[in-house]
Amino acid sequence: MKRYGGNMIADLITIGGSAGSLQVILEILPKLRSDLSVSIIVVFHRKSAPNSEMLINLLALKTTLTIKEAEDKEKIKPGVVYIAPADYHLFIEKDHSLSLDASEKVNFSRPSIDLTFITAADVYQNRMVGVLLSGANSDGIRGLEAIQSQGGYCIAQDPLSSQVPYMPAKAISKKVVDTIATPSEIALFINNCKTTFQ
Amino acid sequence: MEVQIVRDEDIEGLLIDLHRAHGYDFSDYSRASMKRRLIRLITIDRFPSFAELHYRLINDSFYLRRFLEEITVNVTEMFRDPEFFKYLRQHIIPTLGTYPFIRIWVAGCASGEEAYSIAILLKEANLLHKSLIYATDLNPRVLEKAKSGIFSLRSIKQYSENYLSSGGYQDFSSYYSAKYDVVIFNETLRKKIVFSTHNLVSDSSFNSFQLVLCRNVLIYFNTHLQGRVFDLIDKSLDNLGYLAMGTKETLRFASISPKYKQVDPNEKIWRKHDS
Repeated sequence: MKRYGGNMIADLITIGGSAGSLQVILEILPKLRSDLSVSIIVVFHRKSAPNSEMLINLLALKTTLTIKEAEDKEKIKPGVVYIAPADYHLFIEKDHSLSLDASEKVNFSRPSIDLTFITAADVYQNRMVGVLLSGANSDGIRGLEAIQSQGGYCIAQDPLSSQVPYMPAKAISKKVVDTIATPSEIALFINNCKTTFQ
Repeated sequence: MEVQIVRDEDIEGLLIDLHRAHGYDFSDYSRASMKRRLIRLITIDRFPSFAELHYRLINDSFYLRRFLEEITVNVTEMFRDPEFFKYLRQHIIPTLGTYPFIRIWVAGCASGEEAYSIAILLKEANLLHKSLIYATDLNPRVLEKAKSGIFSLRSIKQYSENYLSSGGYQDFSSYYSAKYDVVIFNETLRKKIVFSTHNLVSDSSFNSFQLVLCRNVLIYFNTHLQGRVFDLIDKSLDNLGYLAMGTKETLRFASISPKYKQVDPNEKIWRKHDS
């Protein structure tokens, strides 16, 4: 496993998590620089809630960065954190816009981490980082594989720091991970990312 | 087969040839979703390469029907998003009741679950006798399924739960009869729905309606095609008619939006106010 050495060049960070990952995001967000230029897309597994504003508001309390639910066909902007809406898959288009999709669940999940990661890798190639957090599902493993095969960088949350270690542990055993990191290290890593347009 | 094995230029080539050979134009569909559907089709139909799929599609008109069925997303439920149907039941359907005759268009109806849900709402409001629901899709194969009114018994449990949370108060099983592992919906509902092929990409407005439902259809289109479809819907909607969209869709950025008012900040329903 290669270790992360210096500053990473990345225009997009995709973060996927299932059970036990909300706490990790709540821990990472306050540690992020307020002048971040990399874009972040977060895919959580969650129950479809009639009021998704509650989650967005909860996350927004933790950072000065713009946090918003991803909307169909909106352009990805620098320094914005996008949250995948419940009950839709979230895809990344070639023109760096977002698309929603209501097709079959993948890995019993909609949104599926795999699908967001795979479509992101297709567009951002080696200019992106995929992060897989705590979870009991195997969603995200194929996504990390796709990111790695396009030259992107993959991080798994340290299973010891994960409330539900199955998902990151599985990614590590599949050798699709470049770095294992605690939530604080993930935040530091994101802060050190340099975008290509800076 | 992984993403990188299907090249973007192969997809463009396939879409151009498909349009030429069969008249279906998918060029303004969102690419990421299209690519995923194509990769999925190559996997489930075990094509050894993308070129084989391309060849079969252009030369085998039977395969075209399967292609259309698999390439478009046909995932749907009865009373999907029960809160939405509750709002229709409480606020929109009663207003429609004031018309002498009610015409509703379900655009992109897939296997018809939403059309049957609307028929049930109208029945319970005592309006079905003076209503007609047009349910259209580009895909002839799913329309056949929709027309039959036959659904799997397995999905009925979820549908009944949705029905109850949408404010349904009848015995849901009174709307269908079950046999083996399927149910068939009642003739009274079926005869009030006209199922027909219609392609939002290439066909024009065919009637005027007081309510158009186009939910989770526009997300598969790029903004250019979305604009075209909004114009088509606008032409098909009476003044003071309603347009209902999916929970994550919006009319906000459409050129027709100045004529429309969202009826409730929490509902994706807009009313036309043509001055």
